[in-house]
Parts: sequence; structure tokens; C-alpha cells
Amino acid sequence: MSNHPLVDVRHLKQYFTVKSDMLTKLQLKAVDDVSFTINQGETLGLVGESGCGKTTVGRTLLRLYKPTAGEVYFDGNLITDDNINHYRKDMQIVFQDPYSSLNPRMTMADIVGEPLDIHGLYKTKAERRDKIAELVQLVGLNSDHMRRYAHEFSGGQRQRIGIARALAVNPRFIVCDEPVSALDVSIQAQIINTFEELQAKLGIAYLFIAHDLLVVQHMSQRIAVMYLGKIVEIGPADEIIEHPVHPYTQSLISAIPLPDPNAARKRHRIILQGDVPSPLHMPEGCPFRSRCRYATEECAKVCPTLEEVSSGHQVACYHPQG
Amino acid sequence: MSNYSADMIPKKRLLSLQLDAAKFERASDAEKEQHDVMRESTTFFKDGMRKLFKNPLAVISLVVLLLIIVTIVIAPMIVPYKYSEMITINGKRDRSAKNLPPFTYSQMELKAIEEGQEIFPHIFGTDELSRDYFIRVVYGARVSLSVGFFASLIVLIIGLLFGSIAGYAGGKVDLVLMRIVDVIYSLPDTLMVILLSVVLDQVLGQSLQGTVLASLGTNMISLFVVFGLLYWVGMARLVRGQILSIKTNEYVLAARAMGAKSGRIIRKHILPNCMSVIIISTALQIPSAIFTESFLSFIGLGVQAPMPSLGSLANASRQALQAYPYKLVFPALGICLIVLSFNLLGDGLRDAFDPKLRR
Amino acid sequence: MSETTLLQVNDLRTSFFTDSGEVKAVNGLSFSLERGKVLGIVGESGSGKSVTAYSLLRILTDSGRVTGGQVLFNGENILEFSPQKMHSFRGSRISMIFQDPMTSLNPVYTVGNQLREAIRIHTDRTPEQVRERALEMLQLVGVNEPEKRLTQYPHELSGGMRQRVMIAMALACEPDILIADEPTTALDVTIQAQILELMQELQHKLGMSIIMITHDLGVIADICDEIIVMYAGRVCERGTADEIFYNPCHEYTKGLIRSIPTIGANHDKLIPIAGNPVDLLNLPKGCAFASRCDQAMKICLTDAPEEIRINENHIAACWMNVKKVYDEAKEEESK
Repeated sequence: MSNHPLVDVRHLKQYFTVKSDMLTKLQLKAVDDVSFTINQGETLGLVGESGCGKTTVGRTLLRLYKPTAGEVYFDGNLITDDNINHYRKDMQIVFQDPYSSLNPRMTMADIVGEPLDIHGLYKTKAERRDKIAELVQLVGLNSDHMRRYAHEFSGGQRQRIGIARALAVNPRFIVCDEPVSALDVSIQAQIINTFEELQAKLGIAYLFIAHDLLVVQHMSQRIAVMYLGKIVEIGPADEIIEHPVHPYTQSLISAIPLPDPNAARKRHRIILQGDVPSPLHMPEGCPFRSRCRYATEECAKVCPTLEEVSSGHQVACYHPQG
Repeated sequence: MSNYSADMIPKKRLLSLQLDAAKFERASDAEKEQHDVMRESTTFFKDGMRKLFKNPLAVISLVVLLLIIVTIVIAPMIVPYKYSEMITINGKRDRSAKNLPPFTYSQMELKAIEEGQEIFPHIFGTDELSRDYFIRVVYGARVSLSVGFFASLIVLIIGLLFGSIAGYAGGKVDLVLMRIVDVIYSLPDTLMVILLSVVLDQVLGQSLQGTVLASLGTNMISLFVVFGLLYWVGMARLVRGQILSIKTNEYVLAARAMGAKSGRIIRKHILPNCMSVIIISTALQIPSAIFTESFLSFIGLGVQAPMPSLGSLANASRQALQAYPYKLVFPALGICLIVLSFNLLGDGLRDAFDPKLRR
Repeated sequence: MSETTLLQVNDLRTSFFTDSGEVKAVNGLSFSLERGKVLGIVGESGSGKSVTAYSLLRILTDSGRVTGGQVLFNGENILEFSPQKMHSFRGSRISMIFQDPMTSLNPVYTVGNQLREAIRIHTDRTPEQVRERALEMLQLVGVNEPEKRLTQYPHELSGGMRQRVMIAMALACEPDILIADEPTTALDVTIQAQILELMQELQHKLGMSIIMITHDLGVIADICDEIIVMYAGRVCERGTADEIFYNPCHEYTKGLIRSIPTIGANHDKLIPIAGNPVDLLNLPKGCAFASRCDQAMKICLTDAPEEIRINENHIAACWMNVKKVYDEAKEEESK
């Protein structure tokens, strides 16, 4: 095994210009200096609230958006606009919305077969058909339904089609962009298991983006917590959940609604005051300080950087708790 | 909690009910699968057609349109008169057959019938130049329909190209192209037709002589030119809007993540998904083109005489409206039927196929 | 009907009549809601939980119709009210908040305008009193700078703030029942916690009843006294929160609880419910859940289960419970 990580993201920045009115243009720092690594066959969970930039990280990483600054290395090689098409076979994405992520005018076979067509991964029609059938069965769908259109499937089945499409090119890394948030509870578990089985079988690495901490904790070996475009805490999953250090992570974990009435009665919730500031008008210094109980003058001056608190567990806070 | 309707079944009673123990055996997977019915497979098109045929107005319109089309195709083969020629009996011009009411014969014709000749009835009567009015209305409908169809085709082609480029390219290209559209939108169309027909008459008048286009007349050509120059902007805006909204769908992003090139994305993902809206809007464009043509013909800027169009027929009938009202009624009815049917059919198509209205 | 019962629903049936046929969205639902309690209705999409709420307020879309049953509010059947009476009834006795606070506020009016409107419809206060009441309501739901908020438009507020305004509007006329249809689904976790806390606090303060509709078992466990679990328009199980979570008696509820990942160092495989959601257009004979149930018996495929009382706080509609009683009785007999 090589000694470099599979995916290495360094100082990734993605700014969008937004027109607030006719004349003034504002800069929206969707992703602001984000760095992380993902090893072969590993899952990194990325959690955060809506608008924190987690989806943008996934898309910029795959160069679906052109990054403002920063580098992404895949298997030790710098990814550029020129060579990205070569790496499209190694890096894939599964989207959140099972309805808008499948073309309603295409059959299941065509959707799953499209990556094969694009990269010319078959020689004969029969080979194409066999490959599609294999992929479809791999994700637990009935290959008798090949000729059906996307809208005839239920949400969970559609998400499986989306996974089969991503798997068609034999990727080594998949960005899972909230793949279960739009699904019903009973279906979520099916899809999570499918992801886990595929990882065990094929050794794929995931960047698992979600807002549901319970799901992320279940899926991931490591978790990164994002707040307003920055990673505020990153570390081993169990440690993040059981010994969160950043005040934001702590409140996030304490806010998870637990499906357990007794536990819910007993526990003490840390209710955050106020709302997330608009990313267009970010406060100086630490982005979280406007809602933080421990904020001091120091926090308002310079934004804290990630510091190691224990092995592999980094936090960006001047007042780490616990 | 109170007042729950069902109560626990007492143990004794349960046994006395003689519940069949076999019923409480595990069901096999096959049995369960049979229980789970999957809906019959339908395609987008089949489903849309089913919806369309459930809409009585759309079906009636479709039937009316088909009848009109069949009539204007077949009638000239059956009716022995020509739209541009006077009625002749035994090679002689029948000057007495002026302004006949429907289903009547002139004196000469009556004589001929007495002599044992068969004379085809004048279903809509005749006009002031002793021409069979039915065949003129049929030709008028032909002209109106083909003008509507071709004008819409021109609009479709130009609008589709322009709108696709603006929508897909986005950014500065989009900005420039859409400002052009805005400028064209602000031009007064009727005035442009009048100006163009005058200009084209002088420019093209000579060179057209003797060609097929001559029978159309410069007015008609200028009408098409105006449609090609002005009317496509609505279509371009529509196509651009469609493409912009389809572009944000995640399946387009997924295709890009797979490494698909722009051409493939437009062909496979964007066009098929905006096609239904484009077709519907083309169907609704046809009556508007017919209406414009009729209007222009009515004010005397339409087809070149003796070629009739529904609008010019209606215009001609104005002079003797009180004496021969039927001469206005037939072409006006034709315009109404065609325009109304196309509109209702277009509405029906939209209800059946527009993805925004589907659930 | 007992003294404290505020709302009694008997055998409610609601259908949607679509091009493809009748969709039985609610199929014989009965429950009662007591004064000052929080009732949770939990179910997946298509289980009929939102349609139930719309039926109670009679705000179904054109294709939907209540086809049977009774909704008794203080002994009066709401379903037989005249449109005028219904109009004054909504908002004053039962009011509702929706999932998406962006689309349920009108973007062209200020917050103050809409809030005052809500107050004015049901009371005859002077403009000055209405304004005071509006301010009071905003303070009640914990909106900071209420004076300023009154002059703002909905798009100037954040999601959590909008939901607070919606709650203020719903509570303006002191309704007896507040129906909350997925009130926190569109919000972030930290904001969700704020809103849930607020709802609990208001419920204690004002003593109203709440019907909480959600798909999130965590939210239900957090604030509900009683819970109804729905599947395909029918009640699977209803009972107190503790009974449902610690003694589930329907295979679907058991499956739901099993399929949620738990907090803590636990990477065991999840146990999902197999299969796909039921197609409401083609409801199968017997129990709608049978094809996804690992315990399904032959009877489940042919006969719909009756609601059976498990104990005084718990009712479930699952043949497994009958089988259990049956087996026990048989065993006793053989002794």
C-alpha cells in the first residue's frame, strides 16, 4: 500500500460572487480553507447545518465547480482541469434527491449504462447488458425492471439506481452527498447497509456528507464538523460523538432528537441562542462566536486554526471544552 | 387514554372462535411477493396519451382538426370546381351564377340539369365572380393552415437554436443574446409587416416572377420573414428558461461528474426534458400565426388574389355583408374552429404532458 | 367520552380521486386527544399522517374528500359544520403550522401585517389592541426585537425565526388544539431543538393540546405523551410514548425502532425493514405491511388485523398479538 492518502484536500476555497443589488457584489465564502484527507477504503463523515458549505466541498472536490484556490490530490496526483476527465472514472458522486438526480426520460438500463457509454467500457451490446445487470443486482435491484423509467421506482429504489450509476465505472472514491436525507426512515437503513456492504466488498472510500449526526456516526471512521465554510473539528467518529471539544459540536450532539423517551427526559440540551449568521456577512474572527457561550475578545480578532487535542483529533477553538 | 373502540379479545372467546391454526403459519416469501403488487409499467408518453384521451375537449378538438384536414385534402379532388375560375357549363362561362346562396343552382345550371347533366351542388353557394365558394373556403383553410404550420416551424427552429445557445452557454453569451431578444420584443409587429411587405414588394417583386413563390405574393413572404425575424423571441425565451431550470437538475450534474461532454448533455438530458413544453407551445403558436395571417389578410396585406385565405375571404364579404351574410359566416367559422381547436388541443397537451403539472 | 377528551376521531376515511383511481389516504382512523396533552402521529411519507391533519381542518385539496367517519370536537361533529362556521372555527379553536415556513408566509406582506390579520379575523379588538397583542405574541415565541420584526418581510427572517412567527400566528387566538405538521423538518438540528423547546414551553404555559405530525421518531420521543404509528392510512399502534418505544407490539414499529442508528460507539449493522413503501393506489388485501414483515403469517395476507388492546395504555393492530394470546391459551388448555 502506498503511503499517501487516497484523497488529499489542501486549503480548498470556493467563493461565489453574489449580486446583492444592481451595483454591489458580495463574496460568499461557501468553502473557506478546508483541508482533510481520506484513506483507501475509509469513510470520512462531513456534518454541518444547511448552508455551511458541505455540499460545495463535495462538488468542488470533483471539480463540478472550479475551485477559487487550493489543491486536490488523488492517489498522490494533483488534479487539474486538464486531467480531471481521466479521474472521473475513479471519483464518483451520489446525490441527495432521488427525484432530480435521475433523468425522467431514461430507463433504468440507460441511466446505469450511461457511464459505460461515455467511457466506452464495453465492446458488444451483450457485454453492456450483462454489465448493467450485474451492477443492478449488486445494489439490490431486480434486473427484470431494466426497461422501466425512473419515475416508476420508489425513493429508495431510485437512490439504488443512483448508486449503481456511480459504481458503473469502478470508482475508488465516492462523494455521498446526503444520500439518505430524502428517504423514509425504514428505507434509510437499507441504503446505509448497501453503502457499507459495497465498501466491504469493493474497498471504496466515501466522503459521506449529511446533516444527521446519527447516520454519519454510524457510517464513518472519522468525522469532520463544518460551520460556515470552515472545519471546526475533525477526528475519529466515536471520539467526536462521545468527547466533543468544540462548543458547536457539543451543542450539535446534544440537539440530536433521540428516539428514546427516557433518555430525552433525562438529558440536558445545550440550546444555542440565535441563528446562523448569513455567510454573506460573516463576523470577524471565529465564525461561531456570535452564538458561542465561551466567546471572548480573543475570538473576535483572529479565526482559530485547527490544533491537535489528541491523536488525530483536531479542533479550531481558543476555548476547547472537556 | 379512554374510549378505545376495540377491546382485547378474551382468551376463552378466541378459542371458541375456532380460529384456523393453519392461518397462523408463517407465510412463504413467494406468497408475500405475490401480495406486493407493482404497478403496471407505463412510459411517460403512454401515460400522457391516456390523460389526453380522457380530456373530452381535447379529443373533440383533435377530431375537428382531423376532419378539417381530411376535408381540405380530399375536397379539391371531389369537387369539380377551381378556386380561381368561374363556373363553366359545357365550356361556357356561367355569368348567371353570381352570389348564389348555398345549395342553389343558377339558371344555366338548371337548364343543364333538365338536359340530364349532373351538376355538383354549390355547398356554400358562389361569390360575386361566379366562383364556387366552398372550394374557395377550402383553399383558404389550406392556405391559413399551412401559413400557421410553416410560420410556427420557422419560429420553432430559430427560437430553439437561439434559446438553447443562450440557456446552455449562460454568462455573458446569455446576457448579450437576451438583450437582442429584448430589443426585438419591443418592435411593433404589425407595423413591421406593413413596412416589410412594401419594401419586399419592390425588392423581390421582379425576381419572383414566374416562380412558385409568386403565387404566394410578397405579402405572404413578408409575413414569413416577419415571423422569422420577430415572433421567435417568445419561443427563445421559453426554451432558455426551460434549459436554465433543467440545467440545475442533479442528473445534469451527475452526467458532468461522469465526464459527459456538453453535446451529450444537451442531446441526452436537456432536450428530451424540455421537448414536451416546446411541442405544446408550438401547438399553441399555430393558432396565433393563423390569427395573424387572417388579420393581415383582412386588412388587405394577405395573400395575392386570386389565392384565397380565410381572412381575405372574410374581408371580401364585408362589401355585401347585409345581402350575403353567409359569405362572412363560412370563413369566419373556419377561422374560429381551427383556432379554437388548436388552442383546446394545446391546453389538453399541456395538461397531459407538462411535467410541472404532473404529480 | 370522558370529561377531558377534547377531540374524538371515529373511523375517519379520506380519499383522493385521481386520474388513476381512488387513493385511500386515510383508511379508518380513530383516536382521541385529551386536553393539555401532546399527541404524536408518526409515519413515513404516504402513511396518511398529514392528510389526517388536513381532514380535521377540512383544508383538503380539490381531489380529496372525507368519505366517512366523525370528528367530534367537544361533542360536535366538525365534518358537519357549515363553511361559515368552519371558517371561524379554524384558527380560533384549532390552528395549524406547516413544514415550510417560507411558503406558508405571504412574501408580499410584512410580518406585522400578517400577524395582525390573524388576530383581527377572530376577535373584535381595536387596531391599537391588535398591535399590542401582536407584539405580545412575538415576545411569547421568543422573537428578539419584536418591534422591528413587525415591519420586516418574511424573506428578511431566518428559517427558525419564520417558524416562530408562524407559531405566533397560530396561537394568536388561543386555540385549544395546535396541529404541527412536520414543524421542524425543514430546520437545522440546533434550530429544531430551539423550536421543540419553545413548543413544550408554550404548551405548559397555555395548556393547549398539540397534535405533532412527523416522520422523526426522535422528535416524537422528545415531546409527545401519546403516539399513533400509521402505515398506509391505518393505525398500526397507539399508546403512551413509553409503551410505544419500550413495548412495541406491531412489527412495523419494531422495525422502525430497530432501523435507526443509535448514538455511541456502536457500529453494528442496522436492521432495515425490507421492501418498498406500499402503493396506495393498489392497496393489498389484508395487512398493508405484510409483504415487508419478516413475521408475516398466512392470515396477514388475507385479513386486515383488528385493533387489539394490549393494556390500558396501548392498542395495536397486528395479528402477531392474536397469535400470542392464542398460543398461550392453547398451552394453558393442554395443561
